Amino acid sequence: MADQTYRLELKNITKSFPGVLAVQDVTLSAYPGEILALAGENGAGKSTLMNILSGAFTADAGMILLDGQEVKISSPRRAQELGIAMIHQELALIPQMTVAQNIFLGREPLFAAGTLVNTKIMQTEAQRILNQLGLDFAVTALISDLSIAQRQMVEIAKAISIKSRVIILDEPTSALTERESGKLFGLMRSLREQGVTLIYISHRMEEIFDLSDRLAVMRDGQLVGVAATKELNVNSVVQMMVGRELKEFFPKAETQRGEVALEVHHLRSGTHLKDATFTLFKGEIVGLAGLVGSGRTEIARVLFGADQNEGGEIRVAGAVAHIHSPQEAIRLGIGLVTEDRKAQGLFLGQSVRSNASVSLFERLSRFGFLLYGQIDQWMRGAIQQLNIRTANLEQRVGSLSGGNQQKVVIARWLALNPKILILDEPTRGIDVSSKAEIYNLMSELAAKGMAILMISSELPEILGVSDRILVMREGRLMAEFSRAEATQDRIMQAATGQLLNAGGNS
Amino acid sequence: MNQKFLPRFLSLVRANSGLIILLLVALPLSILSADFLTGNNLLTVALQTSMVAIAAIGMTFTLITGGVDLSIGSVAALTGALAAGLATRNGLGTYPAIFVALFAAALIGALNGAMIAWGRIPPFVATLASMAAVRGLTLVYTQGRPISGLDEQFTFWATDVAGVPVPLFVLLLVAFIAYLILHRSVFGNYIFAIGGGEETARLAGISPAKIKFGVYIISALAAGLTGLLLTARLWSAQPNSGTGLELDAIASSVLGGASLLGGAGSVTGAVIGAFIIGILANGLNLLEVPSYNQQVIKGLVFIVAVILDYVLKRRSKSG
Repeated sequence: MADQTYRLELKNITKSFPGVLAVQDVTLSAYPGEILALAGENGAGKSTLMNILSGAFTADAGMILLDGQEVKISSPRRAQELGIAMIHQELALIPQMTVAQNIFLGREPLFAAGTLVNTKIMQTEAQRILNQLGLDFAVTALISDLSIAQRQMVEIAKAISIKSRVIILDEPTSALTERESGKLFGLMRSLREQGVTLIYISHRMEEIFDLSDRLAVMRDGQLVGVAATKELNVNSVVQMMVGRELKEFFPKAETQRGEVALEVHHLRSGTHLKDATFTLFKGEIVGLAGLVGSGRTEIARVLFGADQNEGGEIRVAGAVAHIHSPQEAIRLGIGLVTEDRKAQGLFLGQSVRSNASVSLFERLSRFGFLLYGQIDQWMRGAIQQLNIRTANLEQRVGSLSGGNQQKVVIARWLALNPKILILDEPTRGIDVSSKAEIYNLMSELAAKGMAILMISSELPEILGVSDRILVMREGRLMAEFSRAEATQDRIMQAATGQLLNAGGNS
Repeated sequence: MNQKFLPRFLSLVRANSGLIILLLVALPLSILSADFLTGNNLLTVALQTSMVAIAAIGMTFTLITGGVDLSIGSVAALTGALAAGLATRNGLGTYPAIFVALFAAALIGALNGAMIAWGRIPPFVATLASMAAVRGLTLVYTQGRPISGLDEQFTFWATDVAGVPVPLFVLLLVAFIAYLILHRSVFGNYIFAIGGGEETARLAGISPAKIKFGVYIISALAAGLTGLLLTARLWSAQPNSGTGLELDAIASSVLGGASLLGGAGSVTGAVIGAFIIGILANGLNLLEVPSYNQQVIKGLVFIVAVILDYVLKRRSKSG
């Protein structure tokens, strides 16, 4: 392969967003007929880089060469014309239309210019592409009748129909079963044979090692390394992804584990939570890891009384607790920062004041009327303590940045001084500096004796913040690690039930 | 400077959209009709509008939670009929009769609230059903005939004191109390909270059911007051009074800035909205527009106001 010329060259690409340097001086090349994997943590800059390549963003600086020619990719449409297609995590197909209609959407073959769509040509042409790719569903099938995997293949067929030279796949297997993934990989390999360049973003190490020819790793917006996949192993890749700054980013104070704050025995609820037994101690941060859908959020919701406990015992500070509503949970000193900030955490259209102080209304009132002076005084303290950046107390909370929105939600809970605080994906979608502030805050709160349960999908965060780590799989609590024992490999093994390195190293 | 002018102007317009519409309606009328800007005429408008405004204040409470109360017209009629009947037929005395009638209104509100809060029946459906049932009760109770023979204690409430209609005083008192509840109390702030996001409110430890229950009682009480004032003004309880009151009340609330999606609305807005409708109706009468045509114009004004509100809100969100 080394004697071939590059299909694609990215040179010194830089892109910044307000407050974040998302991609910093990245230079990366890809050959025709190869699968290049792109790995890195959430927020490492992979998606931004690929969005620049597919025309969704424009780079602040740098140059892109396609088959040796410099190109300016000013829009997704331009990218298509150049033969660059990106298949997003959220598929962009119209469910009520057929496979053929979707493949030719916006480029329908007509009888003559300005007249009706020539359905026959469209279907024959679509069929030819499906045959080329070895796909066996009908061109007249509705997208809504296809599985997620098949829909992804329609997206690929669409990419092929516009004669794409470069196809970018952003975590294509996150919603697929193992068998469906296998089929997708077969298709990717055959495209590689046909000389297409595939860039493949994934978190799944086994797939990366199984599939890719070369692997590029990004961290904090920079390219950390590129190498032939067979020269790498899981550990070296994880080390590249996480880097050595882990300790500085996660300020971990040594804390004294206190008395038991919460005991849970055989908790069960709905179809997602089957069996969980664990204990939380005062002054410690416990990380709850597991794949999406493994029952982590359900634990939080049951403990908080948002979902019903269908068996199993909850003890708060030693006493059996029957928690039927969030109000009862709050009375017992339990707080919950929800996963979905916009739908469950905030009154988006209302002021910062209403959002942060709603939990205090009953306490800061007399004869049922609010004491605005005291509320505003408390608000000013909270804004200072949490470093919430807002123009004033009347500002609409929906207009704040994600990080500041999250701090408003946290402020609401701190107002009640809970004994147990559950945070579900507390740093999702927020900027790096707010993340660090939230980690700091969690550490401070634990040091003051609060018991903290943090649910997170980001392993570096789990490893960096937690004193102890619990791992869920398919509704059951499968493993518990101390801070010293825990590694990404061990957690992923417990979460997926598979050995990560199996077949990965060669 | 110039770039900032438009958004500032728009936010000023948005904050006072009710007042601006009020002026837009009143200005041409004061030019077109010589009778419009006379003290006498304005007092008539105030008398007629006060009653709708009280009902609109109650309606605003339900709209802010994201609900609606369609039963208020029927509740107004039943309250008036009960008070008149108990006072004249049963010799209960005017004030005890009024008290019992308002209690009955609150009870209907509580039933509405219970269906919506705990029965989880959509407010539109629950109050549509009670609108029919309560109107039926009124017809049964009155035998379909007006109840007259009210004493002076009763009719006093629609007379003038120092030249000002008593209902206007009642409106001011109701508005003041409603303002304290809605904008100053814990309960009122929770009303906005569940309208802004019911699940968020529940997870913040608020019980949406209790708040909704209370809101429909308030709405029914306001409607009951309106019914009593209507009865006093007509010197009799009419079995069909209050028909269409819910439309006027919803229109008033929305003209005054309440959102049909919940989360927004105010007491002053509801009052201003009611006066927009009242002045418009009065002006059209003065200009001798036939009453059928007036209906059409009222509907159009309502639609324009809603569109205007929607456009202004969208502008502020994107800007």
